[in-house]
Order: sequence, then C-alpha cells, then structure tokens
Amino acid sequence: MNSNDDSQSKRTLVLPGDELGDDNFKAGSGTYKLDGKIHAAQLGIMNISRDFINVISLSGSYIPKPGDSVIGIVIDNGPSSWMVDIGCPYTAMMHTNDVQWNVKYGEAGKYLKPGDAILAKVSSVGETKKTQLTMKEHGLRKIEGGLLVQVAHSKVPRVIGKGGSMISLLKQKTNTRMFVGQNGMIWLDGENRDMERASAAINLIDEKTRSTGLTEEISKFLEGASNGSPETDIDSDGV
Amino acid sequence: MEDIKLIDDEGKRKDGRAPDDLRDIRIKAGVLQNADGSAYIEWGKNKIMVGVYGPREVFPKHLQRPDRAIVQVNYSMSAFSVDQRKKPGQGRRENEISKIISEALEKIIISNQFPRTSIDVFIEVLEASAGTRCAGLTAASVALADAGIPIIDLVPSCAAGKIDGQIVLDLDKIEDNIGEADLPVGYVPKTGEVVLLQMDGHFTPEEFEKAFGMAKEACLHIHKLQREALIARYPLEAGDENDGENADGNVDDNRGASQ
Repeated sequence: MNSNDDSQSKRTLVLPGDELGDDNFKAGSGTYKLDGKIHAAQLGIMNISRDFINVISLSGSYIPKPGDSVIGIVIDNGPSSWMVDIGCPYTAMMHTNDVQWNVKYGEAGKYLKPGDAILAKVSSVGETKKTQLTMKEHGLRKIEGGLLVQVAHSKVPRVIGKGGSMISLLKQKTNTRMFVGQNGMIWLDGENRDMERASAAINLIDEKTRSTGLTEEISKFLEGASNGSPETDIDSDGV
Repeated sequence: MEDIKLIDDEGKRKDGRAPDDLRDIRIKAGVLQNADGSAYIEWGKNKIMVGVYGPREVFPKHLQRPDRAIVQVNYSMSAFSVDQRKKPGQGRRENEISKIISEALEKIIISNQFPRTSIDVFIEVLEASAGTRCAGLTAASVALADAGIPIIDLVPSCAAGKIDGQIVLDLDKIEDNIGEADLPVGYVPKTGEVVLLQMDGHFTPEEFEKAFGMAKEACLHIHKLQREALIARYPLEAGDENDGENADGNVDDNRGASQ
C-alpha cells in the first residue's frame, strides 16, 4: 500500500477567472482562453500535463467522455436499442449491435429490462452530447447481484486512490469484488456483511474527501469494523 | 416625506455610513446539502439563499437548445421577508428580477459545454431590505462556481443611488424608498462587461457617470469577498488525491482485477 506522500504533489486551488498561463500552453479541461491567456473556468485544482493546463473540478455533474467505463441503469428499451441512465444530464443509448448477445429486432427487452444495471463503456459522444454506450468489450456485462453505491463523480479519484491504493485496500480488507464507474457509480459484490462494511467505508471516503491520510483512516476504520468477524486474508483478485 | 434628512450635517447617513460605504457583506458557499451548488449571503439586513441545480435535463422539453445550456432563474421572496406579509407567488417584480439575473448569468456561463441542458438557479429572499437583486446575483455566481459550472468570472453586483442630492453607494431600505434614484450594476471584472444595469429615478449625465463609477468600484471589492467565500469552502489540505488522468488508468486496472 502506498503511504500518503503529501509533499509530492503541489496543489493549488484556482477560482473561475484566475489567470493560469499564456500562449506557451494549451487550454485543457476546465479552462477557457481570453485574449491569448488561459483562465480557469471552474473551481478546482490546477494541473499541468505536458503542454496542457487543466483544472480538475472539485464538484459538478458527470459529463461523459469517450472511453469512460461507467455503470448504467437501463431505463427503457426500444426494438433495437436501450436507453441507459448513467447519472449525467444526457440519457445514453446502446444499440443491440453493441452488446455481446445476438439480439433479434424487437427482442431487446429479453436481454436487458428497465432497472437492470450494466457495466458499459462510452463509445462515442456527439456534438450535442448524444452518448452511445457499448458492452462489446472484455469484462463488460450485465450486473447480477451485489450492491450499487453512488458517490459524486469528482470523488472517484479518491475512491481509487494513488496508484489504486484505496481500491485495493477496500477490496482486500472487505473481501468484496468492486467496480468503480467513472460516473461515480460503484458496484460491490460479496457477503452481505462485507458489502455493508465496504459501502460504509465508501461513504466515509465520500464525506472526508479532503482530509489527509485518508487511506490510513479507512484502513483503521475497516479494521475496527471487522472486529469479531474472522480476518480475511484472501486477495480479492482471486475471486 | 421631504423633511426626513437622509444625510446629516456631518455627511453621515442614517445608519452611520459615509456616502461611499457598503453595508456589511458576508457570503458563505456550500450551505445546502441537496443542491449541486449553493451560497448564502447576508448583505446588511438582506438574507438570501441561493441553490444551483444542473446542468440537468430541460423540462418542458421545448425550451431545450441544441447548442447550449439554458439558464433558468427563479427569484422568490418569502412571505415573511418584508414587514407587511408578502403574498407568496410570482408577480411582475419576481418575473422581472428572475429575467434580468438569468440574462446576467447567461453572459458568464460557458453554456456551449452543456448542450440540451438547463442550469437552474433558485434565489430565495429570506429577509429583504433593499438591494436584493444585487445581493441575489452576487450570491448566485458564487453558487454557480460552487456547483462546478464553468464560468468566465464571478459577477459581483452593487447599487449606487442618489439621496438628498448626493450620490451614495448601496442604498438601504429607507434610502431606497424616499431617495431620488437607484442604479443597480452587475459588473464582470475579467472582461469589463456590464451584465446588469437598471435605473430607477433621475440622474443627470454627470451624476450617472459618478454613480456608475462608484458601483463598479464597489463591485471589485465584493468580488474579493466572493473569492474569499469560495476559498473558505475548499480549505486546501494537501491530500492524496490523484489527477484525473491517473485515475482513468486505474479504473481499467480495477476492472481487470475484479474479473
């Protein structure tokens, strides 16, 4: 497990309208260009990667990007497509060609019904944010059983942690399977008691996003919560 | 009416302010649990709560714009916000203020990033004592920033007016009621744009220039207060938060591991 090396990353809070850089950089996400200068458009943490200046927002709703892994809930189906709620202002579409099954015209409802949860990937986002999903990729499937937990999409990086430290801690200490969607939807599966502990830990992360030493705190929390139950050493990767 | 002196012989106003003094302003960001962004402002005796929701789906659907987000503002005054109970509901005044604030906010929101959506701003006046549209707009832009909505800059707003023949800043209730003129200004410091300008009463061109200049000056001060409110909302303790790119990669790792 990585310890929290706070000194490594310099983090500066920027506010909308703050000047971040000039023509030597390109305007990345959360920024805009005015008079040749790059300014922050959102409240967030400034981040420079290569020649792009980005602002990583601390709040705001999820906006789909192509390639995002998400968890969605089917809300409706047509003869050859499904409408999927992925927790953003735009309802996503998934065509029957984009699933692993061979769906006949008019039989979409036989495979996925409204209320079903799926692991999917955003395949394209159009000019007017028309969002298409696909399940035709390794590991994408319909979710059976388990528990869905929702966190703010801006908190997904914290749930995953530096180099995946937080998520592997959660998986290991609670002995659950876990999938974190970029839209902030998290799927857990395991014993009921384990899922409860994991979701309590996730809620704690959601609340205390900005505190330091979060990974250690969660580790302590999970150790405390597991008192009385047999300690699990099995790596969840083997599940 | 005419014999009430709004400015005494020492040049002080009824509440002891000098002509170019603002009332006390306190702004707090992030006060509502269930809103995407929120702000609370106390401006003199004004108390206003603002909640921002969105970008979210537009209802009714025909209002939707294929190229940008629309900004819907709902300004409303509580029944108990004024001395005489105010009949609840939207009237001429509420519609007007909702419209001018929504047009002011449209100017600062980078709305083409969210086509087909609506950004809803609810301004609830809990206690009113002159200058609620300025206070409402000031708080609304803080709430927008708190909601993570991309904006060009915060927009501070302040009024100037004329009482006893003198140009003064930020009229309070009695000055507004029996004063000669009122000029609310909303000003974007970054671009120099004026996004809100109304006038009630009479100014000579020279008086107008002076009042407008004073209001703009005050806006720059309020802009600082807005920024402080947002910084207080997000105390930056260095944490182990990842940057977005790193996290994207981890989701993939994580998927592999969960199989």
